[in-house]
This record gives sequence, structure tokens and C-alpha cells, in this order.
Amino acid sequence: MSSPTTLLDKVWDAHVVSPATASTPATIYIDFHLIHEVTTPQAFATLKERGLKVRRPDRTLATMDHATPTDFERKGGGVVIRDADAAAQIRALEDNCREAGITLYGLDSDRQGIVHVIGPELGVTHPGRTIVCGDSHTSTHGAFGALAFGIGTSEVGHVLASQCLLLEKPKRMSVTFNGRLSKGVTAKDLILGLIAKIGAGGAVGHVIEYRGSTIATLSMEERMTLCNMAVEAGGRTGIIAPDDTTFAYLKGRPFAPQGAAWDEAVARWRELRTDEGAVFDREVTFDASTLEPMVTYGTSPGMGVPIGGVVPEPGGDESAAKALRYMNLAPGEPLRGRPIDVVFIGSCTNSRISDLRLAASVLKGRKVASGVKALVVPGSHAVKKQAEAEGLDAIFREAGAEWREAGCSMCLAMNGDRLQPGQYSVSTSNRNFEGRQGQGGRTFLASPLTAAASAINGRITDAREFVK
Amino acid sequence: MNEPLRRLESTFVVLPNENIDTDQICPARFLTTTSRQGFASALFADWRFDKAGALRPDFPMNRPEAKGARILVTGRNFGCGSSREHAVWALRENGIQAVIATAVADIFKRNALKNGLVPVVIDGDSHASLVAHPTATVLVDLERLLVSWPGGEAKFAIEPFARHCLMEGVDELGYLLKEEPAIAAFESAG
Ligand code: SF4
Repeated sequence: MSSPTTLLDKVWDAHVVSPATASTPATIYIDFHLIHEVTTPQAFATLKERGLKVRRPDRTLATMDHATPTDFERKGGGVVIRDADAAAQIRALEDNCREAGITLYGLDSDRQGIVHVIGPELGVTHPGRTIVCGDSHTSTHGAFGALAFGIGTSEVGHVLASQCLLLEKPKRMSVTFNGRLSKGVTAKDLILGLIAKIGAGGAVGHVIEYRGSTIATLSMEERMTLCNMAVEAGGRTGIIAPDDTTFAYLKGRPFAPQGAAWDEAVARWRELRTDEGAVFDREVTFDASTLEPMVTYGTSPGMGVPIGGVVPEPGGDESAAKALRYMNLAPGEPLRGRPIDVVFIGSCTNSRISDLRLAASVLKGRKVASGVKALVVPGSHAVKKQAEAEGLDAIFREAGAEWREAGCSMCLAMNGDRLQPGQYSVSTSNRNFEGRQGQGGRTFLASPLTAAASAINGRITDAREFVK
Repeated sequence: MNEPLRRLESTFVVLPNENIDTDQICPARFLTTTSRQGFASALFADWRFDKAGALRPDFPMNRPEAKGARILVTGRNFGCGSSREHAVWALRENGIQAVIATAVADIFKRNALKNGLVPVVIDGDSHASLVAHPTATVLVDLERLLVSWPGGEAKFAIEPFARHCLMEGVDELGYLLKEEPAIAAFESAG
């Protein structure tokens, strides 16, 4: 009998084109490559300079999300992009995809959206696949049992040209979540809680497999939130073994296997599990049942506390002290009740339909506090349509929030949506880095429930005040 | 293609903070470009420059003694966050050829190795000793995988093939393209 292996090992072993030797890393086959406008133009240029073709356009899918505005005008069937540089990037992606024969879901497509929202939504994200994208949050796709990770532009070029990457095998880490989340506590709180525990560099060099009784209780969208932020713990990616929840989500989606191929695929996918007795390089356990809603106070996702908590003493930690100076927060200060200027509900972490439903459940029949700007940005065109069919857009608008087109929006300050210097926001995105949401802007990361409740009070608020 | 790099001797600049992310190294507003160049003023833009665009004299890279330094010594988990290779391009355009830290973020490390930027991960005690010699000239020796300064030295590791690429100034793509028969065989077996 062969020795027990982990889920990571199984997916890895199935993609080895050439094994590692003493002097070379393994050549790993990439099943699927997602691309977007910001990290690809230089990669296509490299291919052109070297006279190379895109090897597998059929295993490549493009959309635009990062630099694209979410308040664009639609004119005569076309879309008007005001920023000249963004327009040039978008044009470059259109040209490159046309030349290479790559399917592109552009702003005029009803399949457009944040790359990590549309992949799963279209059924491109299959268990056991290797998936890459020039974006760190590619880890999101790990929720399906795919080995999915972010790459830089040079590697985007490598995959375009060869459909492979040269990789050293990452280490294996297991995070076991036990117990059920209590009411008002979400998957976002779970991942913020984990990162607060192990630190923003806590999983460097590792792939985190999330396991334990909590996982079985989570929907696919919640699992995506968990995997999305694995990279915020320093992990190469996160991965979750597929189960019936996974299969039910994928069934019937446009790029999912159909008919007999579906049954065969599910039979194969059921084998994608860590064997009993398999050994991890590192193991962490986490009690999910006692978790409170979390909020960050600093400039690293690991700087998080329960919402009833206070800003911790930095001690002798100069990085923490610098973060507090940037946030203009004092040790001992409570987070709850802290005034805010902006609420951002969106990003590949929390812009799916279930996230919007959570936010709407709080905002329904209530008003965003005066002086607070609230932005609700669906993760994809499809999410937008669904939300509108359910009347969520009306709830947001009536509450006084802006309802936008799909895109990354204020998750990163490169598409027109941004914080002004000194402003505070409660954001459902994944990064509270200095200036991430706009130069001088200050970010409190939290769940869609917390964000919506904070919008109403104009202060950081425990949503359990509203959801009884 | 990068210049072959075997030994690097230089003074260094210290950015002591932990978790310096790629949004600091190259803020997102500089990413709306289709070029690999033009990131010189993007590097640490919000730390290096004040609101009026003038250099902040107190930022370590702006101090007179930092001039000509090709090595950056930083706190733990340097380069975390976004996968943007632009961060590496911005460092390289400013003459930085090595980053020394107790941990370097995974994607950043991979990007660095493809652009002639050496990620040097050393243990905490060595790091502290190096930081205590702020005016020293450091030697990063890729042949011996040793970083040394007057009064100390530390071993570091780089995966053999990445090291070969750095030392010969070749890139991985050429190697991958030679894998074509194996890739084709893998696909037809699939
Ligand atoms: S939503 Fe934010 S984190 Fe996600 S892909 Fe877009 S910019 Fe990156």
C-alpha cells in the first residue's frame, strides 16, 4: 500500500510533466489560466518579442476587472472608459485576446466580472485542476479542491507560451476549524480570526488545507471567502476537499462537465481527499464556535480583534506602532463606535450573492448615516442580475447606498473608486494596507454584516444589534 | 534577459518594518501601463515623496548615505500582498539587486528571481547583526550562497535552478520551451 497523502499531493502528482531533479524544479501542467487587463500586457509583449504563440488559448479565459470603472457609461452599445491609461490596457487585452483566439468576457459581456468570481460562477473551477492567474487571490478557487495560486507577469508569459510552470513543491499546512459559527459570525470573521492568530506571514511557503467540522457547514461562497484570504496569511494558497456541496454548486454551470462526463468527473473528484494518517508540515486548530465578528485595526490583515475589542498595545513592535500612527488610533481605544466615512461592500472576498443578501438583510428598511458614502459593488454581471432579480439593488438604493457595475472597485485604488486622504472605511475587501484603497485612506476590514451595520450608524457597529 | 549575477557587493538600506506589501513597493495607481518600464518614481511612492512630490528627507532610501546602495534589508515577510511583478521592476529600476530579510513572501520571491533580484533569507540573529552594522559593505555571494559583512556572515538558500538562471543571466522560459515534447506527451496521455 502506498503511504497516505494529502489533497495537495494528489493534485500536484497528477500534474507533473517532468519530476524535479537535483538541479531542476518540477514542470507542472496548468489546466486553466485566467487573465485580466493589468498583469498581462507585458507578458503578451514578451511572447511577441520571442516569436511565440499562446499555446492553449482554449485553456485560457480573459475578463477585465481591476482597472475598469464601475460607474462607466454605456453608449450606443459600447462602453466609455474615461481614464486613458485604463482604456489602453483594456484595448491591449482585447487585441491580445483576439490575436491569440482567447475568449474574453469584456465590459459588454454578461459574463464579465472579477476574475475570481466568474471562474467558479461559470464552472471553470473544477476540483483537482491546477489554476493560475496573475493575481494573488487566485487562491479563491481552492475552495473547490483546485490547486490555484497567483503568479507574476513573467509566469503569466510562461503559462501562455508553455501551459506549464517550473515549481518547487510548497509545504503542507492543515488548519482544522471545529464547531459551528454562531449567528452574526461569517466566513470572513473566520478567516480574519485565523490570520489574527497565525499572522500575515504565518503560512509563508505553505498551502493551507482547511479541514474540520466547520467546513462541512459552509456554503461554496463561504469557502471561497476562506480560501481567498489564505494569501493574506502568507500562504501560497488555500484548498478544501470537494464534497456534495461542491458538486451541487458546479452542476449545470456552463463550463462544468455535462451528462455522462459529469458522473465520471464526480466519481474522480470524490477521491480528492487527504488520506487518514497523512502528514502535514504544520497543523493548526481553531475553535470556530466561540468566534466573534472580527475587525482589523491596523495596516496588515493580521491586525484584527473581536469587534468588542480594543486596539492592542504595540509593545516594542515598531511595525505595529507605525500602523497605529497611520491609522491614527491609540492603544486601548475601542473599535466599536469609531466614526467612519465610507463603507465598501464588494471585492473577490465578499461580493457574491450571499454576501449581498447578508448586507441587504441589515440595510433593508434602514438608511445609511448621513455623511457616509456606501458603495455596493457586485462581483460579476451575473451577481448583479441576480441581486436585481431579488430586489436587493432597490434595498441598497433606498438605504442611500450606490449600486455599481461589476469590478474590483474600491478594493484597490486604480479604477477611480478610492478613499480620500485621512478617510476611514469599513470594507469587505481583503487588504488594509496603507493606501490600498486610496492614498492616505484607512481601512477597517470586516464582514458584509459588519459593513452594512456600520453604514447605518456611521460608526463601526456590531451587526448583531440589527440581526436578532 | 538579465545580466549574469554571481557576486554583489554594496552598502545597504534598512527598512525595518515587517509585512511591507507590494502596494507600498509599487502603489496600484502606477499599474495602468502596458510597459515593464517607467516605475522609477513608483517605488515606495507614498513613503519616499511628500504630498507635494518632494523627497522626504527622513525616508531611509532618501538619506545621503543610501546613495548607490543596491541592497535592501527589511523586516519579515517582505513583498506580501498583491502578485504584481511591477513591485520588482520598480526596485530594479532603482538599482536594487538584493533584498535581505528573515522571510520573503512567496509570489514576490518568484517574481524577484525572474528579474535578477536576489531574495536573501537569513536567520533572525544574523539579520540583527547585519542591521547593527548600518554602514557596512555587504557581499552577497551566489556561488557560495553566503552573505557576509565585516563581523558576520550567514548562509542562505536559493533553489538550484533559479540560482543557475541568476548566475548565467538566462530565464526559465527557454528551459520550459525545451520541455515541449514532455508537455505534448502529458497532454495526449491526459
Ligand atoms: S477584488 Fe481586489 S483583491 Fe480581488 S482581484 Fe480585484 S483587486 Fe484583487
